[in-house]
Amino acid sequence: MNIGKDLVAASATPFVLAILAEGDSYGYAIIRRVAELSGGELQWTDGMLYPVLHRLERFGYVEAHWATAETGRRRRYYRITGDGRAHLAAQRRQWQVVDSALKGIWTEMRFAAA
Amino acid sequence: MTETTDALEAQITRWRDWVRRQPALEPSDVDELEGHLRDQIAALVESGLAGDEAFLVAVKRMGRLDAVSREFAREHSNRLWKQLVVAPDEDAASGGAARTEMFVVLGLAVAAALAIQLPRLFGHQFGESAFYALNASLFVLPLLTGYFAWKRGLDRARCAWLAAPFAAAAIAVNALPFTPGGHTEVLAALHLPIALWLAVGFAYVGGRWWGNVGGRMDFVRFSGELFIYFVLMALGGGVLTAFAILSFEAIGLDVEGSAQIWILPSGAMGALIVGAWLVEKKQRVVENMAPVLTRIFAPLFAALLVALLYAMAWTGRGVSLEREVLIAFDLLLAVVLGLLLYAVSARDPQAPPDFFDGILLVLVGSALIADGVALAAIVTRISEFGFSPNRVAALGENLVLFGNLAWSGWLYARFVAGRGPFAALERWQTAYLPVYAVWAAFVVLVFPPLFRFA
Repeated sequence: MNIGKDLVAASATPFVLAILAEGDSYGYAIIRRVAELSGGELQWTDGMLYPVLHRLERFGYVEAHWATAETGRRRRYYRITGDGRAHLAAQRRQWQVVDSALKGIWTEMRFAAA
Repeated sequence: MTETTDALEAQITRWRDWVRRQPALEPSDVDELEGHLRDQIAALVESGLAGDEAFLVAVKRMGRLDAVSREFAREHSNRLWKQLVVAPDEDAASGGAARTEMFVVLGLAVAAALAIQLPRLFGHQFGESAFYALNASLFVLPLLTGYFAWKRGLDRARCAWLAAPFAAAAIAVNALPFTPGGHTEVLAALHLPIALWLAVGFAYVGGRWWGNVGGRMDFVRFSGELFIYFVLMALGGGVLTAFAILSFEAIGLDVEGSAQIWILPSGAMGALIVGAWLVEKKQRVVENMAPVLTRIFAPLFAALLVALLYAMAWTGRGVSLEREVLIAFDLLLAVVLGLLLYAVSARDPQAPPDFFDGILLVLVGSALIADGVALAAIVTRISEFGFSPNRVAALGENLVLFGNLAWSGWLYARFVAGRGPFAALERWQTAYLPVYAVWAAFVVLVFPPLFRFA
């Protein structure tokens, strides 16, 4: 399934913040986690993740630091901040409203079709 | 195994170089993206792909670079602006080299600023005798040449060759028995910088002048950009000087005299060196200004010249024989040539002729006709009043410029008509550069004895 560009872009922030809420992470691992959560349905363009991360950093929702990974290479790790958790909670409420509203109409459609 | 690893490393390095050229991406971003690419490749190799296959898939997943770069630019729009001197260098090694270079440049700038003050210790004053006018270029151009000789790593032999013109110039202008305030003296002072600029160019291209069309074209670009930088810095320097004078006046101190003695000459010398360094630094960072100005002014000058020719034909008026008018025509030709040169320098040689090429052709053609009229006037003046240094200099300049423009016009017309390559015009322009210097050197060295130092 090909998920629309706008939807991918809109869901990027809650995904990234939620994944970072599970624990500190880095770009490649975040992409892997998204693929895993969506069963491979949500494919991000890898390069696009980084401008998103940098924007969240500018808003103060995440903070970043360089550290040496177990492979010996330096990696930029991201950690969610207090502001980031607050923003994630707000996003979550918004998505839940959208989700439940859509669920409502999906159910009605099913009854109408039946 | 190591062979494939090496091949993979080479591919990653190439990819990295390519990514690094994106203006919105900073070195740390490139590091981050490279780390991602390597993680992706490692995972793909683990799942059974060969190294080069994994590389292709990983690059594909990274997304189109221009789109990614655009996202970065949207997020960091400020980066597109402030990359001039503060731009961090690609890696630590070149960062150290850049720092060394900065110290060298600052040292040379200070040296030039002090050098121009030195002769005052021996009784020469600014504006008092011709000493400063004659020697002005000798305080800074050798240092500028030295900077490029150092930067391009010139060998000893070439450095020695480069020192020769400066030594010869210093001896000539100071040993020749000029009549104080005479014409030949003024002409020598005006022409010496032009002659010595070729030596700077020789160092700029790293000593490989012959057959190095690209390098010489870079030198032309460098000269134009340096001129623009110098003018900008002069404007800033003027504001600084005015502010210094006014603010000290506010506390009852008159510093106008010392500002004129210290800030102006030393500032000009230092600005030339710093300007050269800035042009070197920013080559690939910001779009060059000279071609942009060319695009704006070439059509305007073409329109002006066509209007002038039309008015001359309509009213039947010839060019008046005043000396200022002849000098004005020399300057006009120089401007047209400059416009042509910068249009040529910024053009993609492979692109087919377009509307702008037509405008340039009109510009060159009308300048040639106008100059033909002026040349006739100069010849008349000489035949009427005999030879004088100024008239012969004006005539010589005119012929040098006319020769260049005429052949350029011919080559350009062939190109627009689709019968010749654009590269021919480029080759001609860069091959002609020494002619200016040779003529200027002729005026400096041969004119004084020729006209008995008048």
